[in-house]
Amino acid sequence: AYKRFSELLPKEERENACSARVPKSQILTLPELRANPFQQRICHVFSTSETEDDSMSFEDFLDMLSVFSDSATSDIKSYYAFRIFDFDNDGILDRKDLEQLVNCLTGQGEGSRLSSAEMEQLIQNILEESDIDKDGTINLAEFQHVVSRSPDFASSFKIVL
Amino acid sequence: RDSQQAETERLSRWEKWRRTSSKSLKKALSEVKGLSSYLVLWRRDIRSIEGKFGTGIQSYFSFLRFLVLLNFIIFILMFSFVILPTIISTFGLFNSTIAYIPPKNIDDICTIYKPSGNKGLVYFYTYLKDLLSGTGFLEVTSLFYGYYSIDAVWISIMRYNLPLAYLLATFAYLALSFLWIIKRSVEGFKHNLVHDADPFQSYCNKVFAGWDFCITDPNAARLKHRSLQYELQTDLQEEKLKQKIAERRMEEKLRIYSLRIFINIIVIAILSGCFYSIYRVTVFSQENSNDIGNANSQVNLLVQYLPSMVITLANFIAPLIFAFLIKFEEYTPAFEIKLTLLRCVFVRLANIGVLLFSLWSQISDCGSDKCKPCGYNYKLYPCWESDVGQEMYKLMIFDFIVILAVALFADFPRKLLVTHCSCKLVQWFGHKEFEISDNVLEIIYGQTICFIGTFFSPLLPAIATIKYFIIFYVKKIVLIHTRKPAARPIRASSSNFFFLVVLLIGLLLAFVPLGFSIARIPSSKACGPFRNFNTSWEVIPDTILQFPTGLQQFLFGISSEAFAVPFFVILCIIMFYVIALARAHKRVVEQLREQLVLESRDKMFLIRKITEAQK
Repeated sequence: AYKRFSELLPKEERENACSARVPKSQILTLPELRANPFQQRICHVFSTSETEDDSMSFEDFLDMLSVFSDSATSDIKSYYAFRIFDFDNDGILDRKDLEQLVNCLTGQGEGSRLSSAEMEQLIQNILEESDIDKDGTINLAEFQHVVSRSPDFASSFKIVL
Repeated sequence: RDSQQAETERLSRWEKWRRTSSKSLKKALSEVKGLSSYLVLWRRDIRSIEGKFGTGIQSYFSFLRFLVLLNFIIFILMFSFVILPTIISTFGLFNSTIAYIPPKNIDDICTIYKPSGNKGLVYFYTYLKDLLSGTGFLEVTSLFYGYYSIDAVWISIMRYNLPLAYLLATFAYLALSFLWIIKRSVEGFKHNLVHDADPFQSYCNKVFAGWDFCITDPNAARLKHRSLQYELQTDLQEEKLKQKIAERRMEEKLRIYSLRIFINIIVIAILSGCFYSIYRVTVFSQENSNDIGNANSQVNLLVQYLPSMVITLANFIAPLIFAFLIKFEEYTPAFEIKLTLLRCVFVRLANIGVLLFSLWSQISDCGSDKCKPCGYNYKLYPCWESDVGQEMYKLMIFDFIVILAVALFADFPRKLLVTHCSCKLVQWFGHKEFEISDNVLEIIYGQTICFIGTFFSPLLPAIATIKYFIIFYVKKIVLIHTRKPAARPIRASSSNFFFLVVLLIGLLLAFVPLGFSIARIPSSKACGPFRNFNTSWEVIPDTILQFPTGLQQFLFGISSEAFAVPFFVILCIIMFYVIALARAHKRVVEQLREQLVLESRDKMFLIRKITEAQK
């Protein structure tokens, strides 16, 4: 993992890889993240940079890999998945978050979005299934409950170097 | 990291040592695990397929890998207990000798068996024909049952009872396959149970767990986007369709139900047509290939392969017809797929059953006193187990040839046509999709043949291992070069369970003919390890009679009704208890869910009260 991280840094900084920060544009060139529609969110969630430029240090990189590895518990995975899906960072998944999530899934580009009627129906169904307290949003506990019943989550939410 | 370091300063020396030793142990274990994962067969290939085509297709390839391993282990089992002693004794290694027990109370006519091994000048063509149909020089090798005509092997002073070993090895490999398949399917079953218990979870599952984070290739990502979009849209449409179905009127319901019954009758008619044709063809092939007159002509080879060809044709046509008919039955798309798959599975497995049934009707054809002395048709089948083994061998070889031929002559030209010729008709034909279910049924069909045939032909698992090994690479090459992933992806969790369930059905189906031939049909008196017994099963009571009296009585007691019936009753009671426990748990889960809803309502009520009080 250290090798992969240091490859992302420009030549001069390679010896200092432990303490250097890699800008977001470099991270997005990793093959595992290149094809991922959530790449921006992943960088944002795992980055601990104070300047909000979403750059990642080696520790952040390790954090990210450990969460996406096989041996992370489903609690940890669901917690981070919640943060990744929470596009407006307000701690809950409301309708706008869900809409953006579905659009990420179906692909960028005009022809690949669902029609607004279908989107309404879909969000309605999602909220029906997962919103237990019927407040129109999904909080962390509800999300973790829904994900624990989902059989594919563990096998799809992983990245292997 | 800083907080961890601060903590370690505070601990005593003993604790520090324990911490460092446990850390180094964990590191060592993970290194060992990393090394051992290199030994897993095809790990890199399957990972790359997963990255490019998603987990659905990857589950097909890991299922293939499982079958290769299973066949290899079965082969090792048969080899070490049956083939190895035979080879050791035939070549006299380790001071071993063979014991032939002369047959008693058996008519001499039954023991005449002259397999036509090749003597003298033979054409090369005969070798090829024998290789393909298991006759001639192959019939006398260790490939078939007839070779193992040894009654006991003496290695120095130990006596090795070969017939008993043969039978027990058969039971052992059946039990091993059964347990291994069940162990692998238990995980999938748990997931399925959870999934079924909450059928309203499907949307959340698709949206939250829909994106496969393993995908690294941008092309695959685009396809995944499209498939997700397609899947979500289909589900929404299905929901609307279900609402429409619920609002159907009485006349419409009557019309649709009568249409369904009519189509089911057509399906049954097609199935009976298949079965009858297989029966007639097998009878025809057996009668004509035993005719020595045209033993060397090409027609003979064709006649010998006729049952395999008819079965493969039926396996190919029947699914097409079913897929066409099911459109008229107006089921929901999910149920359509399940029903078509069920029908295809039934066709494939029942075809093998009909073939075996027709073989047995030929063998036990006691029409005009043909089997008086020996109990079976000894004139045509002096060594009937070898004949059944030959049929299974032919089926397996033909299956392998068909898979290779389809890959070479149907897929590659199709891809060449589509990419280079841009006329409308060819473009409409399009790239072939990788139909997971069809491919899986194909290899399960081959595996069922292997399960049944290993008793009659102990080297068959080795052939199956090599066959699946080659098929893995062939399919991988075909996949990478020609096909695009299916638009309707089957989910990994449910598909693993589905494959294993169908394999289990195949195995259970294999029990039936094997049990019948071991226990019911008299074994051949002219060849094989069971010459001196009435049926193959008789070895076991014979051996038990040689045990000390106490043990004998114990074993007879276990197999008698006095033990079996109470045992069965106790098993039923345990099963009912477990089912009741599961239902109680389900009810508790429902109650807890309702409580959660009430809790949140209480919370909202209190919050409202607080805000009111603050005003």
